[in-house]
Amino acid sequence: MSNEHAASHDHHHDDGGYHATVEGYLVGFLLSVVLTAIPFWLVTGKVMSSPKVTAFVILGFAAVQMVVHMVYFLHLNAKVEGGWSLLALTFTAALVVIMLAGSIWVMYHLNTNMMPAADPQLMRNMP
Amino acid sequence: MSATTLDLSPAPAAAAAPVFYDDGSHHPPQGTLLGFWLYLMSDCLLFAVLFAVYAVLGRNYAAGPSGADLFDLPIVATNTALLLFSSITYGFAMIAMQHNRKTGVLIWLAITGLFGLGFLTLELTEFSHLIHEGAGPWRSAFLSSFFTLVGTHGLHVTFGTIWLVTLMVQVRKLGLTLENKRRLMCLSMFWHFLDVVWIGVFTFVYLMGALQ
Repeated sequence: MSNEHAASHDHHHDDGGYHATVEGYLVGFLLSVVLTAIPFWLVTGKVMSSPKVTAFVILGFAAVQMVVHMVYFLHLNAKVEGGWSLLALTFTAALVVIMLAGSIWVMYHLNTNMMPAADPQLMRNMP
Repeated sequence: MSATTLDLSPAPAAAAAPVFYDDGSHHPPQGTLLGFWLYLMSDCLLFAVLFAVYAVLGRNYAAGPSGADLFDLPIVATNTALLLFSSITYGFAMIAMQHNRKTGVLIWLAITGLFGLGFLTLELTEFSHLIHEGAGPWRSAFLSSFFTLVGTHGLHVTFGTIWLVTLMVQVRKLGLTLENKRRLMCLSMFWHFLDVVWIGVFTFVYLMGALQ
């Protein structure tokens, strides 16, 4: 790996420092296949009795697969563009977490506090 | 900052030519890739907003069909596989580009484009099927947010495919020039980024929808 980096540094002016390898893509692909197949199997096979637990588990698999794609397909690391790519991604991820968690939290409380009854059947019929 | 820069003693008159410590060596060779990455991050925020809308409205069925009633997981699995295969074939196009093999780049790009088209065909079939069943975006808040989120992703794939065809023409006509390589790298990021968004879509929308 370090040899590759040294080699890439010598002529990175001609292609922007982009260095992909077949092995890298194949590893990323195989990991993705596994990380996709397991959630589909968990849901279609109804492997776990609790849908809530299944939901958390498949969300975990999605998070891991996103990291795999970032590393193996988007070639992200702390050195790309002098670290600015990773910094931008970290900032974006922080915004996304705040926004998603905040929205879900606020709207969940709105629903539970403003509804006459927290009845799933009623929720089903909401516009 | 060396100590000499802080030397405030009166300088010998004419000899003091300005010394620039920034020789530009800290800057990347060109800013396009970083700029495109920043664009992708803003696109990421756009998708995050649509995910948040779906998270808030995704259970409001207006007495209509739910995800568990509508979603056809084998089709979703096929779509996921198509996008995943298109990601790795685009990767092979990038590797062919690194070795300056023009024909290889064109062949792998064509295969990637076909996977993209297959994805779009399946998605449009799914959409028209839903609309035909009366489960169009007007039916409920759940379906409005579903069509907006998945449709925006599909629109991105559409534009990515158009971009891919454009680049194939460019590479065919002009060869693997520096500019074309840069464009191919931007599309590479775009394409892989769409696959990352799709992970969120199939997990959060389809799989979790089917769990209900």
